[in-house]
Amino acid sequence: MNLRSATIAELRAHLDQRKLSAVELTDYYFERIDRHEPTINAYVTQLRETARSAAVKADKIIAAGQATALTGIPIAEKDLFCIEGTKTTSGSKMLADFEAPYTATVSEKLANAGAVTLGKTNMDEFAMGSSNESSYFGPVKNPWDTSRVPGGSSGGSAAAVAAGLCVASTGTDTGGSIRQPAALCGLTGLKPTYGRVSRWGMIAFASSLDQAGPMTRSAKDAAIMLEHMAGFDPRDSTCLTEAVPRYSQHLDQPIKGLRIGVCEAFFETALDATVATQIREALSILESLGATLIDVSLPHMTASLGAYYVIAPAECSANLARFDGIRYGYRCEDPQNLQDLYTRSRAEGFGQEVKKRILVGTFALSAGYYDAFYGRAQKVRRLIKQDFVEAFSQVDVIAGPTTPTPAFGLGEKAKNSVDMYLQDVFTIAASLAGVPAMSIPAGLVSGLPIGLQLIGNYLDEATLLNVAHQFQQTTDWHTLTAPEAP
Amino acid sequence: MNIPTGWQVDIGLEIHAQLSTEAKIFSGASTTFGNAPNSQACAIDLGMPGVLPKVNAAAYEKAVRFGLGVSGTINRESRFDRKNYFYPDLPKGYQITQMDLPIVVGGHVTISNEDGTQKVIHITRAHLEEDAGKSIHDFKPTQTGVDLNRAGTPLLEIVSEPDLKNASEAVAYAKAIHHLLTYLDVCDGNMAEGSLRFDANISVRRVDAEALGVRSEIKNLNSFRFLEQAIHYEIERQIDTLSAGGVLAQDTRLFDPEKLETRAMRSKETATDYRYFPEPDLLPVKIDESFIDRIKASMPELSGTRASRFETSLGLPTADAQLLAGDRSLGDYFEQLATLSGQPRLAANWVKGDILSRLREQDLNISECAVSPEAMAELLALTVENVVSGKTAKAVFAALWEGDAISASTYVKEHGLEQVSDTSAIEPLVTELLREHPKQADDLKAGKSKLMGFFVGKVMQATSGTANPQQVNEILRAKLGL
Repeated sequence: MNLRSATIAELRAHLDQRKLSAVELTDYYFERIDRHEPTINAYVTQLRETARSAAVKADKIIAAGQATALTGIPIAEKDLFCIEGTKTTSGSKMLADFEAPYTATVSEKLANAGAVTLGKTNMDEFAMGSSNESSYFGPVKNPWDTSRVPGGSSGGSAAAVAAGLCVASTGTDTGGSIRQPAALCGLTGLKPTYGRVSRWGMIAFASSLDQAGPMTRSAKDAAIMLEHMAGFDPRDSTCLTEAVPRYSQHLDQPIKGLRIGVCEAFFETALDATVATQIREALSILESLGATLIDVSLPHMTASLGAYYVIAPAECSANLARFDGIRYGYRCEDPQNLQDLYTRSRAEGFGQEVKKRILVGTFALSAGYYDAFYGRAQKVRRLIKQDFVEAFSQVDVIAGPTTPTPAFGLGEKAKNSVDMYLQDVFTIAASLAGVPAMSIPAGLVSGLPIGLQLIGNYLDEATLLNVAHQFQQTTDWHTLTAPEAP
Repeated sequence: MNIPTGWQVDIGLEIHAQLSTEAKIFSGASTTFGNAPNSQACAIDLGMPGVLPKVNAAAYEKAVRFGLGVSGTINRESRFDRKNYFYPDLPKGYQITQMDLPIVVGGHVTISNEDGTQKVIHITRAHLEEDAGKSIHDFKPTQTGVDLNRAGTPLLEIVSEPDLKNASEAVAYAKAIHHLLTYLDVCDGNMAEGSLRFDANISVRRVDAEALGVRSEIKNLNSFRFLEQAIHYEIERQIDTLSAGGVLAQDTRLFDPEKLETRAMRSKETATDYRYFPEPDLLPVKIDESFIDRIKASMPELSGTRASRFETSLGLPTADAQLLAGDRSLGDYFEQLATLSGQPRLAANWVKGDILSRLREQDLNISECAVSPEAMAELLALTVENVVSGKTAKAVFAALWEGDAISASTYVKEHGLEQVSDTSAIEPLVTELLREHPKQADDLKAGKSKLMGFFVGKVMQATSGTANPQQVNEILRAKLGL
């Protein structure tokens, strides 16, 4: 077995057969981090001590024959999941020294399952961005080509898995922040149904859209991770109460007869021609597995980007109001009065992209503009939900591209917001509707990975994972590894 | 204060009532008053990143109780919104409140004016929201402290229509709401601890004007007296301004209780744009009929209904009925005693008489009454059956109150306080007395009825007060052939 590219499922066997200890596995990953992290910059914080003691504990549990699927598996967590006793920065100067006195439900569940958290990963500031260039802790490099971006906002989580600096990671997706970096780094990434995973302890960007999910090397790993992340949490009122299926037990079902919807709108807009060809090929593979391709229309999809860039900034303008320099977080030097304390703490503590979105959101909610912006965006959102409800009355899954292009160069889109926002043109609709969606590797374009997006019906993560797994049984794109960074 | 001729006043009140729940509205932290600063503010109250609010069902229940109490409509689906503004004692930078879909819509209360007439005041809405913390400015000369103990305390904001026409109506309405809130156990009504705060919207207009005048909102009045004083000042200021040909600007004002005046805090133009939008961290709250039915079943009879029942079916005088029904616990005590003794009027006399005066003397609440309704009922039975005289009964009550007696009948027996109603014991005494005082006996016989008291007094003396005076009377009359 090649440890560099081993999946959770493969490592499980080795750990259980005692061919490898959790401590050895942890050491192996920290050695790789020592070597490649200076180039990749995937981590904001490394948790060597707690990881080691978690690994020691995992070995005891394995020895006692009480291991779960995740016991001893080295993972990384996006740095917006609060973990008691560690720093949680959300990629911002505002929280560069912030330590929460509580642990996110997701992190708690993964820790309870025995996963070994190696560190907290770099991200776009407050999860706002599609390239990881808005992080206060510097940009993350794409392991496939270090002159390119890994995508964002979960760029550190994607790069860490792709560069072999952990086995799997957690990300969060508000408009595409799991799926887009997964596509650009050649990973499997899943954004669950809104409410499937608790948001408690997860630093909010846009509350009605934020959803945590796994970033992994295979659909099977994503199923295993999600089983341990999902579930009702009384601390989150928007969390769903439905029981969590054993996703990993439903992967082997053949997909013969499955109805897969193809929305031509995905192929008409900004999609790169080479990517389009590759995606069509992926669709024909699904067809060869017995699935039926059916045309579906999502008539309001073209309005999704506009609606998203009103709703998400509006929510973030309120969610980020708490960072005022008073109780915790960054405070400006020598404030002269209250106004000065607010103004300078926020002006100095937030980066450009965050400030831009706070301003846009504040404007969209202002008296006299609310109806034209926020009100109308909510209407569009309802129409998009309706589109999906109708589409899923005809098909089981909708398939298409995750991103318009493969990874772009560092700095290439940083100056043009609209160009950057177009990265999420295919992912945003599922976020607005709250349906689950994932990205799986669908080949290379000029040596760079691209992603096939699969969108599912509400709470039907099981079908998504089943299709993804079947696809991965006949393709090997997900097993390709990025070249070793210098 | 009289409103000057030619003018009329329109006042609407916004009353903020702290709900008497154990825990805060969106966190499990305690709502106890007066603890060390920030000792009962948890991560949610502090607005830490990543925390989420969760609605405390107890707060919802209290709001529904109030809604039912004013015969308002309970919205089966209500929703929370964010009200955005920056202030150091507002940890999240927004207050969670209810804007478009409040829990209670409509409703009314009836107030009694000084001249005895009654008036219905309409309630526009009542909505749930969280309280802010407190900024402490006298903490250090150059610094402001922030105490977040109060942050997240559940508030019910009760908004009235501009039905109030002068300060005394406004105060009567405020008192009626205060009474209802405490009666229904929705709010503890403790004004000193800030459990009830008023914002008054005041405007004036010419009597023939159809539209309401330009209003000023006086914020944060925390006593009935300040409410009255602020309204007086404001009416005068507005009428003076308009009479002098001036123009009023819609504004928000603060009342200075020392100078007895209001001062503008901000004008409409500089008013904060609160940028309300639906709170995405909370789902709309759906209430089912069984929740409302359960609360309905637990609602006490409202004091007005209870007073008329005391009057009509228990035969109490109006004043007694209103007094006893005015306080829920007092009414409960009275009703228990009335039922146990079967003597509602006697029970009413005891409660409003000896019991209330003892309670007032010692500044106690009826719930702290030293004599239980059961013990009182036993005492009442002794008087009804003529076992003890009214005077003795008062002495026995005192013994019960002081703890010298546990049971009225045992005490009476042990101290030999039974009335002597046995004619064979009294008759010889009367015969003896008539013989000893022949002149008085003759005068009495001749019609000097005052002398009846002389003989009764003598008998009472001889029996140490245990004789039944009624009976002594009868024996005397029989002997003298009156």
